[in-house]
Amino acid sequence: MARAVVTVPAQARRGEIIEIKTLAAHAMETGFRRTQTGELIPRDIIRRFTCTYNGIEVYRVDLHPAVAANPLIAFTTIATETGTLSFQWAGDNGYTVTEIAPIRVE
Amino acid sequence: MTTRREFLVLAAASFAVPTAAKAQLDPNLAAKRKAAYEEALGKLVGGAQVRAGKVKLQLPPLIDNGNSVPLSVAVESPMTGADHVRAIHVLTQKNPLPDVVSVHLGPRAGRAVISTRVRLADTQTVVAIAELSDGTFWSDSAEVVVTLSACLEEGLI
Amino acid sequence: MIAPAARLFLALSAAWLLLESATAGEIPLPERRSGYEFMSRETRAMQDDDTGNPGTLWVLDGEALFKRKAGAADRTCFDCHGDARESMKRVAARYPAFDPARGRPVNLEQRINTCRVERQKAPPLAYESRDLLALTAYVARQSRGMPIAIAIDARTKPFLEAGRKAFHRRQGQLNLSCAQCHDEHWSGKLAGSPVTQAHPTGYPLYRLEWESLGSLERRLRGCLTGLRAESYPYGAPELVDLELYLMWRANGMKIEAPAVRP
Repeated sequence: MARAVVTVPAQARRGEIIEIKTLAAHAMETGFRRTQTGELIPRDIIRRFTCTYNGIEVYRVDLHPAVAANPLIAFTTIATETGTLSFQWAGDNGYTVTEIAPIRVE
Repeated sequence: MTTRREFLVLAAASFAVPTAAKAQLDPNLAAKRKAAYEEALGKLVGGAQVRAGKVKLQLPPLIDNGNSVPLSVAVESPMTGADHVRAIHVLTQKNPLPDVVSVHLGPRAGRAVISTRVRLADTQTVVAIAELSDGTFWSDSAEVVVTLSACLEEGLI
Repeated sequence: MIAPAARLFLALSAAWLLLESATAGEIPLPERRSGYEFMSRETRAMQDDDTGNPGTLWVLDGEALFKRKAGAADRTCFDCHGDARESMKRVAARYPAFDPARGRPVNLEQRINTCRVERQKAPPLAYESRDLLALTAYVARQSRGMPIAIAIDARTKPFLEAGRKAFHRRQGQLNLSCAQCHDEHWSGKLAGSPVTQAHPTGYPLYRLEWESLGSLERRLRGCLTGLRAESYPYGAPELVDLELYLMWRANGMKIEAPAVRP
């Protein structure tokens, strides 16, 4: 099932700043909602998003319940070399998703 | 849609568990949330001064629904090894929790930016703080009018 | 030779009848506006960008489900329908459509379940389940940009009329009809939110209020609850008749699925 969608250019010039857009499928349950009998629905969110470029972390986000459901995170990185961009989402209840995207840098 | 039978069961259940159904709002809510915001801010910057500038926080002034508000932050910086943005933090003053996101980055990001979508629980001020590699803190803030709140209203229907 | 009084009476009656039919609900095609136009620029941008539209997550799930074997027949949708980008083109634009086996119109969700039960020999997918929403989103996506084309014939006319009556009938504790807001007061506001013309051009859609993708029936049930009227269960004929009328009322407008709405 589609757990995340990542948009990365397939290729770039060396040193070019590229735009990356990520979208993860997650309800981001805040922990503030209640059931009809008043019980709190426990918090269940993505806690961390990490982007690594050929194994090196280049961007990291700590998420809190105020991030909207199905979180969008868009950012930039410098196209330094050909290789693999890896995106990881980790959260409550053992949630972990990894997506990878190859990039060719000339 | 609750049937009559379901309603009776729910009514009985909520009578049996009075402490769970806390329907009343704290009269000091605004003050408490402001204090929580100050505390969160303090945790992020220590005792350092936070100056306005360098940071551009973008939010629509009037939004369709507080459940999903597009937000972006951009910080002016050469993003070199010697001079770059180390972190970007976003805080709110009236959400149940003040922290929204914290971004950790460096020169490899190219630009010190983040775009995301956030939940806003009330008409309020949102604040973005940038932590620079020289240890200084800079900020920007934006006012948003929220008519349909996140966190506090049930999107059941 | 018609007496002058009678002639006047006939003229007035004819004028009244014309006026009645002109204001009898349907917004003329050139004046039909999608809910898209009532949203903020930012929410429109969210819909327009597939890479950021949360509906894309369901469309991708639907794409995967379309190729997944199901049921005792161990068949995929693809096995019969081939490439959905061709076979499912324009399908969502003509639903609800008449189902001869049931002798009445069915909506897209029901049509998908008919295939599941009869062709795949699989249990039907629950209404508003992630899988049914995903398949519906995937199929509807193949009609994006195409005009809604509900064809009414002798078989479907009675159901269209039932839907039209429902649209114009006052109901609920608030004693309001759909028409009073969506024909007579669109572009006004209800508690700060714009009242749209209620054209279902984008379903299933990602509603910010739901923080999820949802069907037209979910929205209609929400409207009825909002009127403090008794809501119908998913798949009820009353809901499908209303869907048929709403889609017919939106004929000519482009499908936007998967849309985003507040």
